[in-house]
Amino acid sequence: MSTQIQKQEEEQAADEADAEAQSAQQQRRMERKRDRAESTERQREESAPRFGGRETRTLKVFRYDPEVEGKMEPRFDEFTVPFRQGMTVLDALMYSRDHYDSSLTFRHSCRQAICGSDALFINGRQRLGCKTQLSDLADPVRIEPLPHQEVVKDLVVDMQHFYDQMDAVEPYFQSEDVPDGLEEQRQTRENREKIKMSTRCIWCGACMSSCNIAAGNNEYLGPAAINKAYRFAMDDREEEELKQHRLEILEQEQGVWRCQTQFSCTEVCPKDIPLTEHIQELKREAVKNNLKFW
Amino acid sequence: MHEHDVIVVGAGGAGLRAAIAAQEEGADVALVSKLHPVRSHTGAAEGGINAALRDGDSWEDHAYDTMKGSDFLGDAPAIETLCQDSPEETMQLEHWGMAFSRDDDGRVSQRPFGGLSFPRTTYAGAETGHHLLHTMYEQVVKRGIRVYDEHYVMNLAVTDHDDPEDRECYGCVAYDIKTGQINGFVANTGVVIATGGPGQMYDHTTNAVANTGDGAAMAYRAGVPLEDMEFVQFHPTTLPSTGVLITEGVRGEGGILYNSEGERFMFERGYANNAGELASRDVVARAELTEVNAGRGFEDDYVLLDMRHLGEERIIDRLENIVHLSEDFEGVDPLKEPMRVKPGQHYEMGGIETDENGATCIDGLFAAGECACVSVHGANRLGGNALPELIVFGARAGRHAAKRERAEAKIETGPSAKTEDGVVESPVTLGEAGIGDEDVAADGGALLDAPAGEVVERAVERERARVETLMERDGVNHAEIRSDLQQSMTANVNVFRNEDGLKQALRDIRQARERYQNVAVSDPSRTFNTDLIHTIETRNLIDLAEALTLGALARNEFRGAHWRQEFQERLDDEWLKHTMVAWNGGRPELYYTDTILEGENKTYEPKERSY
Repeated sequence: MSTQIQKQEEEQAADEADAEAQSAQQQRRMERKRDRAESTERQREESAPRFGGRETRTLKVFRYDPEVEGKMEPRFDEFTVPFRQGMTVLDALMYSRDHYDSSLTFRHSCRQAICGSDALFINGRQRLGCKTQLSDLADPVRIEPLPHQEVVKDLVVDMQHFYDQMDAVEPYFQSEDVPDGLEEQRQTRENREKIKMSTRCIWCGACMSSCNIAAGNNEYLGPAAINKAYRFAMDDREEEELKQHRLEILEQEQGVWRCQTQFSCTEVCPKDIPLTEHIQELKREAVKNNLKFW
Repeated sequence: MHEHDVIVVGAGGAGLRAAIAAQEEGADVALVSKLHPVRSHTGAAEGGINAALRDGDSWEDHAYDTMKGSDFLGDAPAIETLCQDSPEETMQLEHWGMAFSRDDDGRVSQRPFGGLSFPRTTYAGAETGHHLLHTMYEQVVKRGIRVYDEHYVMNLAVTDHDDPEDRECYGCVAYDIKTGQINGFVANTGVVIATGGPGQMYDHTTNAVANTGDGAAMAYRAGVPLEDMEFVQFHPTTLPSTGVLITEGVRGEGGILYNSEGERFMFERGYANNAGELASRDVVARAELTEVNAGRGFEDDYVLLDMRHLGEERIIDRLENIVHLSEDFEGVDPLKEPMRVKPGQHYEMGGIETDENGATCIDGLFAAGECACVSVHGANRLGGNALPELIVFGARAGRHAAKRERAEAKIETGPSAKTEDGVVESPVTLGEAGIGDEDVAADGGALLDAPAGEVVERAVERERARVETLMERDGVNHAEIRSDLQQSMTANVNVFRNEDGLKQALRDIRQARERYQNVAVSDPSRTFNTDLIHTIETRNLIDLAEALTLGALARNEFRGAHWRQEFQERLDDEWLKHTMVAWNGGRPELYYTDTILEGENKTYEPKERSY
């Protein structure tokens, strides 16, 4: 293990040296680019779009870039986009990026609410950009990065803490007692139904960002990780002692007992997972587990 | 500079499976991916995994269905490997805890699918890919496999021997998206490319925005031929407004296609008298478009897919995801009215030429999944055969990448497998624009013949210079070039193809290349510069679009997904061969290799394909 750490440290040192060399080049480049970026911006402001009487929508988008003059102080930019029925917030962001400002930065990939890349704070609520219809929103549409997470740039937040919390609940199937070869472990339809909703999580981070407890307490596992634990704890294919082990993880100080049933996570979950309910159910299991007289 | 035994590029289904397999061989493995693994597009796969698991079914039947589906262009050793390995690999997923849908007896459920003679599509609701992806990522976490997420691999580090078969791949170069650093990755035993499909060539596609064919383009420029790229699958049921996929499972469970005259046209118009809606995908997609073109579609655009008669309970049990997709993305509640569907680009049958072990003709370079072409799918992939492809060939590629020596394979790769040169008349010059111009944001893969570290170092320098150039200069933004390319491919290289259209596409691709000469990144930041990433992706799309269109223009016959207006017959005497396009000195070169129809115990005889 220690050699592994050493190796990583060496890598890091080499990377840092590399980074320095790269950053000197970067410095020169940025100075040249900065002027151009500013003039492009002026042009953009002067050439406000005209869509000849077509219906439009206005976006107010949060901007921040730690490296670019004028964006180091967070601000909001306005983009006017032509509206058509069926247009989503993601469509509007892509339009703005491709037509007005190619430096507008946000994560997105699948466009169909399965990859979990584009959870954003839209008109004051955590939603997936790709799943949110512009027609359902009051104009102008205010788009910000997920609250309570460090902003990397524009609408991109650092997801590392979210991933760390996920990892903390041993988020993988652990039964060693599996049949040989082509035999499956049997599972009743009822049991699969029981875990079904919990398996729908797409790791978008909306719940974590909406949770007041998580916002004030970085140690709390949070709704997504607890739901992941639920998915395994309730799966009959794992043996009883494994379930015990999972409950021990969840019972610790920063586990299920931090939840104050405000339902924020359940309200914002784009996959309609009954998160609060799952957490309460685990609380009940934990109590039963400790009383041990039935 | 990072160093590992095996570097896996891409962390979707095939990449994750390859990493796990290599790690089981004792290798130190790293996954390098531009997206965090759970964001991969494997998660959007809906239908299921074909595996012969039950009494009354056999791998031989699965193999025959696959060969017939491929319109006899698949290679028998590849197909038989897929069908033999799939049951075990599928069960492996179950043993890792994947939440398959279940029958009353607690066994995994299977459903009928297009082109199958037995209901062998094993599924998890209508979100099989989501479950598969998360299950495999869980295993990666469990094993502590290193993941460099949000690292964009820009190029491979390959030696520059004249003959691609003498070349060695020593690693790759990746751009850390969060910090803007460009770093080398040395692979001691092998690099596995698992970057998925190039669906972003088209503007109506089921594919994610990240599906830009990066791995295939990098391997191509390093000297690995692209095989059978002209075979593009258009899925018959995608939502007309967005291209979001509606699984074949809807038809598998009994969904019906109607035209605007209320006819169940698959039967009533004689497109598939036996299988109807469950004919193979190429047949159904053409049928739908034929109906629309004959004025029997809706709004000259789509047909209807009705599943209301299945009843709410069955729909919610097996297809719930589809209800949400149709409601959220098309505003249609499929429990109350039929869904609107039309064909959309879905899957690229062709890709990086590999053998059944995932090995390419370059030593130390492997590929698996949609970016590769073994060839299992030939001219048309059957629904439910992509997910087993990921796990079967992902595992094989990972295992072989962990050992440096080359394993015996029945499928020959590289230029030595060539049987004849291809001749095709292009209206424009093909390949790189402005060769010799130092300022071109272009690249080959091959570098120099030197020890691994040096080759990777040189590759890093070159990528730094490339990024420097793109960031320094002023020029055009890539977005318009990409969008014009997508529109041209959608207009000219779609389900129905003809010579004029294909030539027009080549002209448009040429124009895209010329405009790309002056492409520039306007975002000056090194933090999360997606402008730069998308600009590099666009170059990859141009290269792949050219190879694809060239193959489509050369293939003067009608086979599987490749329909040509001028050539309405399958010509087995002349065309039982694979199209190969190899990048040579900055130009695509066309040649052919033979299709292998000899299986383990039998030879597959091409027959008239009807459903």
